[in-house]
Amino acid sequence: MRESSVALNRFGLGGRKGEAVPQEPRRWLLDQFGKFDPRPAAITSLPASPALIVQFREARAAQREMRDENPAADAAKPGTEARPDIAPELRPYRGLRDVYAQAAAARTNLALTTPTPFVERLVHFWANHFAVSIDKIVTLGIAGAFEFEAIRPNVLGKFTDLLLAVERHPAMLLYLDQAQSVGPDSVLGKIAARRGNQRGLNENLAREILELHTLGVRSGYDQGDVTELARALTGWTVGGLADQPMLRGPGPGYWFAGIIHQPGDRKVLGKRYDQDGERQGEAILRDLAVHPATARHIATKLARHFAADDPPPSLVARLEAAFLKSGGDLPTVYRALIEAPEPWAASPAKFRTPWDWTLASLRAVGTQTLPVLANANTFNQLGQPIWRPGSPAGWDDMAPSWAGPDALYRRVEVAERIASRTAAIDARKLAEDLFPGALSEPTRKALAGAESPTQALALLLASPEMMRR
Amino acid sequence: MIDRRSLLARGALLTGALFAPRLAYAAAPTQKRLVFLIQRGAADGLATLAPTGDPAYERLRGELADIGAGTKLDGLFTLHGSLGQLAGRYQAGEALFVHATASPYRDRSHFDGQNVLETGGRLPYDRDDGWMNRLIGLLPSGDAKALALSPAIPTALRGAATASSYAPTNLPDASPEFLQRVARLYADDAQLHDLWSEAVQTRAMAGELASDGGRGAAAAGKLAASLMTGPEGARLVMMESGGWDTHAGQRGRLANQLTGLDAMLAALRDGLGSAWADTLVIVATEFGRTAAVNGTGGTDHGTGGMAMLLGGRVKGGRILTDWPGLSQSALYEGRDLRPTTSLDTVLAGAIAGHFGLDPVLTARRLFPGGAGKALEGLIRA
Repeated sequence: MRESSVALNRFGLGGRKGEAVPQEPRRWLLDQFGKFDPRPAAITSLPASPALIVQFREARAAQREMRDENPAADAAKPGTEARPDIAPELRPYRGLRDVYAQAAAARTNLALTTPTPFVERLVHFWANHFAVSIDKIVTLGIAGAFEFEAIRPNVLGKFTDLLLAVERHPAMLLYLDQAQSVGPDSVLGKIAARRGNQRGLNENLAREILELHTLGVRSGYDQGDVTELARALTGWTVGGLADQPMLRGPGPGYWFAGIIHQPGDRKVLGKRYDQDGERQGEAILRDLAVHPATARHIATKLARHFAADDPPPSLVARLEAAFLKSGGDLPTVYRALIEAPEPWAASPAKFRTPWDWTLASLRAVGTQTLPVLANANTFNQLGQPIWRPGSPAGWDDMAPSWAGPDALYRRVEVAERIASRTAAIDARKLAEDLFPGALSEPTRKALAGAESPTQALALLLASPEMMRR
Repeated sequence: MIDRRSLLARGALLTGALFAPRLAYAAAPTQKRLVFLIQRGAADGLATLAPTGDPAYERLRGELADIGAGTKLDGLFTLHGSLGQLAGRYQAGEALFVHATASPYRDRSHFDGQNVLETGGRLPYDRDDGWMNRLIGLLPSGDAKALALSPAIPTALRGAATASSYAPTNLPDASPEFLQRVARLYADDAQLHDLWSEAVQTRAMAGELASDGGRGAAAAGKLAASLMTGPEGARLVMMESGGWDTHAGQRGRLANQLTGLDAMLAALRDGLGSAWADTLVIVATEFGRTAAVNGTGGTDHGTGGMAMLLGGRVKGGRILTDWPGLSQSALYEGRDLRPTTSLDTVLAGAIAGHFGLDPVLTARRLFPGGAGKALEGLIRA
């Protein structure tokens, strides 16, 4: 039974009240590959990225108009249905903020009810690996669409396809400034230069691709590689957004704009790329996706996520080999993970993040949906607002980032609140189902000695078992 | 109204067969009151009652050697400059200070140290009930109305006997009872235990004495006094104060803390009026702080500390200490003031003297983890 608890908690998102304990843990995990729904109704009903690009353009226009009309901002204007929590200059983005809040709630609610919690965890893992952050206003509305459109459909495919989908998604192109990167010798670059306009290369995305998305930091590339990749990627931009008609493109969405692409061959990691236009950047990304350093980087992050903060070298090696041998076939890597002994270690080595802990707690009490506002408040309060890691590096996956005194105190407060809102459950029975064969004696005693069923449930949600996976 | 027969029955039950006469005396209702003020966070005894006459003092303390315009109490000790009213009580013979004292606890975790101080046990978490709660069982029921001035019932007052709590401020979201159970749930989990203790400490800081230049503290003292007066008033009161964990910038912070403490004690005495003569106030903290100043103008968790006894019948105007000195070889583990007086013997002696209880029985019942003895002669008959 011990392994059922590992499957539920370390691989999955925590047991769900009323759901049967998986009797064959490995089979239960593998079967999820065939059952995963990449486009469930809960997200297909949300606006897709083309509509969100248009909405952003309109919001930006409204903001500029506001600024032109009243440079002192219209904070003093009475009766503008002011919401106290939004700065006047950001008011035009209210609609996008609502989109964000709804998408974030959809993400939570999917995780609360999913029949494939392991694959859902992988979605979260990859969304964090390829992080965008909504503290950049251009990302606010579209962060959810990024995960739903670029990550979800590709978590059970090849890493190459995942990488290409991510780097072409408007959210990523906008978040890491690729959309405005212009080849100095491109058609538009030359025109701009003649007019004395400063338009040029932005290497933000190129650097993060090498450092975060593929090879990993200090893995052998140098500044020359960054610049060359940045040149190769010029032209990868977002249509439907720019002010200049020349850069509007065919419509809102990813667009390769040949007029800003830097012509010529590129040399990255010692290899020459002589392709034209879009195919050049794609060829480099395809090579990066299956590079041994990428295999090691991805293997290390997966091992850290599923085994321990300090990933066991044996597991890293195993995942790395599976990645290289299969050409970055992700299900092959996941299978290697499931078959490896390290993730099945008995003691829970991972301190749950606020996201993990909240999902596990809500699933434990059988919550089906978290209202939009409660969703935002909960994760804000616990210190991990959805899609707002604040950096392209994503949220840290190590205990010291999450196991803080105040963080723990807040969890305990939320635990009591969740329990107080839940109809009576026998926490003693529930605990055995959530942690089959893995419940500690002190926790069992604490639950048995609680003064009320509600208090027992709150203690279960605050228990050491619940804090880790 | 006190039912005389049940009172006698209760007294008989407690005394056992033929116990000391003093217990029989205790079975008669009195007007005695006890206030236990815990300083959570390890108050710096070496700054509160500074051994300015110790040759190593200036060198160890550096910038912290300056304790304001203090009151020189004898050749060795100076009371901190922020404790002007307390100095007056000392001079009036109503305040007694105990220095280089400690509970049986010898590590440096706030949470564990407070647990030992409050339970009277030998080790953290080896008992669930507190010494103050067990004291209730030794007193006639009319003397035993217990109250904590805090949202939670603190560990010292927890146990079989009934105690209530009252906090005028907004309660935190999580209920105190629940938070205490969480603390016990984490007791065996080193990581969560440490995090939790730190969190509770930090939260306690929010209500520290230092706020409003002592006005808040004075109000707390006044409130406590008001809840203790009149026939229905509480007889055993526990008060908590936080903000003593001065790892950095101690000089100003501690001065503010002590200003608050001084104001609170004065307000308590004023509010109690004539009942002050029947009141014993104990001020104690979980342990002391390092002898030397650290790199951030503060001090770190130490061992030996100080405690105070105040009240109308305290044999005060003196300092009770077997001063170990601050020379390097005298320091405990080379860094802390060496504890030379068991705090439990002092508390047991004072409480027994105050309530007229048998000293040894009191020591054993209230502080089973202690030395099993009680220092007598701390209270005037």
